[in-house]
Amino acid sequence: MNRVVITGMGIWSCLGKNLDDVKNSLFEGRSGIGFDPKRKELGYRSALTGIIERPQLKGLLDRRARVGMAEPAEYAYMATIEAMKVAKMEMDFIEKNEVGIIYGNDSVAKATMEAIDTIRAKKDTTLLGSGAIFQTMNCTVTMNLSTIFKLKGINFTLSAACASGSHSIGMGYLMIKWGLQNHIICGGAQEVNENTFGAFDGLSAFSIKEDNPTKASKPFDRDRDGLVPSGGGATVILESLDSALKRGAPILAEVVGYGFSSNGEHISNSNVDGQVRSLSLALKDAGLSPKDIDYINAHATSTPGGDKVEAQALSQLFGEYKTPVSSTKSMTGHECWMAGASEIVYSLLMMQNDFIAPNINFENPDEDSAKLNIISKTKQQKLNTVLSNSFGFGGTNSTLIIKKYN
Amino acid sequence: MTKDEIIEKSNSFFIDEFEVDGSKITLNANLRETLDLDSLDYVDLVVVIESNFGFKVKGEDFLNIHTFNDFYEYCFNKIQEKSHVA
Repeated sequence: MNRVVITGMGIWSCLGKNLDDVKNSLFEGRSGIGFDPKRKELGYRSALTGIIERPQLKGLLDRRARVGMAEPAEYAYMATIEAMKVAKMEMDFIEKNEVGIIYGNDSVAKATMEAIDTIRAKKDTTLLGSGAIFQTMNCTVTMNLSTIFKLKGINFTLSAACASGSHSIGMGYLMIKWGLQNHIICGGAQEVNENTFGAFDGLSAFSIKEDNPTKASKPFDRDRDGLVPSGGGATVILESLDSALKRGAPILAEVVGYGFSSNGEHISNSNVDGQVRSLSLALKDAGLSPKDIDYINAHATSTPGGDKVEAQALSQLFGEYKTPVSSTKSMTGHECWMAGASEIVYSLLMMQNDFIAPNINFENPDEDSAKLNIISKTKQQKLNTVLSNSFGFGGTNSTLIIKKYN
Repeated sequence: MTKDEIIEKSNSFFIDEFEVDGSKITLNANLRETLDLDSLDYVDLVVVIESNFGFKVKGEDFLNIHTFNDFYEYCFNKIQEKSHVA
């Protein structure tokens, strides 16, 4: 079996449009949350959102490449070109080798709604233009990026709700571990617009602390009242260790564990048993025990029910070791389909720069989070082994463990 | 709409939408080669014609459009037909 390493990473998020800016935001505990008035006009219960700039791709990509790209593909493209630069992976290498892509994405609501509006208005499908089909499919990211980068390896989109990004890295890890591929672009992307989150808002899942947006997302805090939707794109380049050494690529970390499970119960409510099974499987896969984990990047989204269950699952396995825990969603909001990938990027940045990013807005624990060692202020600490959780609707759970390469 | 107006408007969307170098657009230049059109691009050409000139091109009409001049003539005639019907 191959060892699997991460040789590149890139990010486009509400914390910054490149690794350096995002690292500084994480270190300073800076929130990327704001208020989108358009959502109020549409009757949203909460207009809170991660504030993300749309990339300007004109000049970077030709028209034919751009017309089929919906918002998630644009973010993913920006994250991927940064990741390839970090990985020192040039087009010449990609053309001569089998490089794949597995990317998490679970919606293109805006592109789909706009296409439907055009059909209704024009009563003529040709007038949708050539890009609509490639924008309105969930695999808009992988269809477009595989074409732009001329990829020849595995090529698919993974849709697993808010665990999509994490599972995409897990699947890439398994493919390389078992020798089926040597290099895979993995990641997660999430559109951020007033069309996307309406149905989620309708469940009263979002925080309504609109008077103070940067304070609204407060995972694990006693007074949390819901999540803040967010998004962007995050990419990691996975490679077999042999390939990375042969290329002389930088090795940012090793992926040592992937665990997964399904709750087998409610469509939106999480459960402790499912999460514990995912955590345990990841630890077993990595050959580690809970005491070996230096830091946990929690899934915790700031919902009353979800954070409670995760706190119980984490305390069951890690409670006695007082393992440091934080949820970077306190700063980013919930990056949904992207979150599992972006939180690996955030964890890598912490690992590289010897700090734990804070769980901002954590002021008072509840009875469950009181059992965890939640880091509410930036802590300087060397990190060798980091665990990252992602959970999604339908009871899908994913846990990744990354380790400094030795 | 005069023919000159059609030429000006068409060249504007060729340059903006199809990102062609304006100096390459001449009356006798080949439309498909100059704009580097593939089968998908023709669908987008239908869209920009409809949004700029208000008529829908039939796919088979493109068979007789070779040069930019053919394109301008075709659009001029279609707009004339439309105004006579109106």
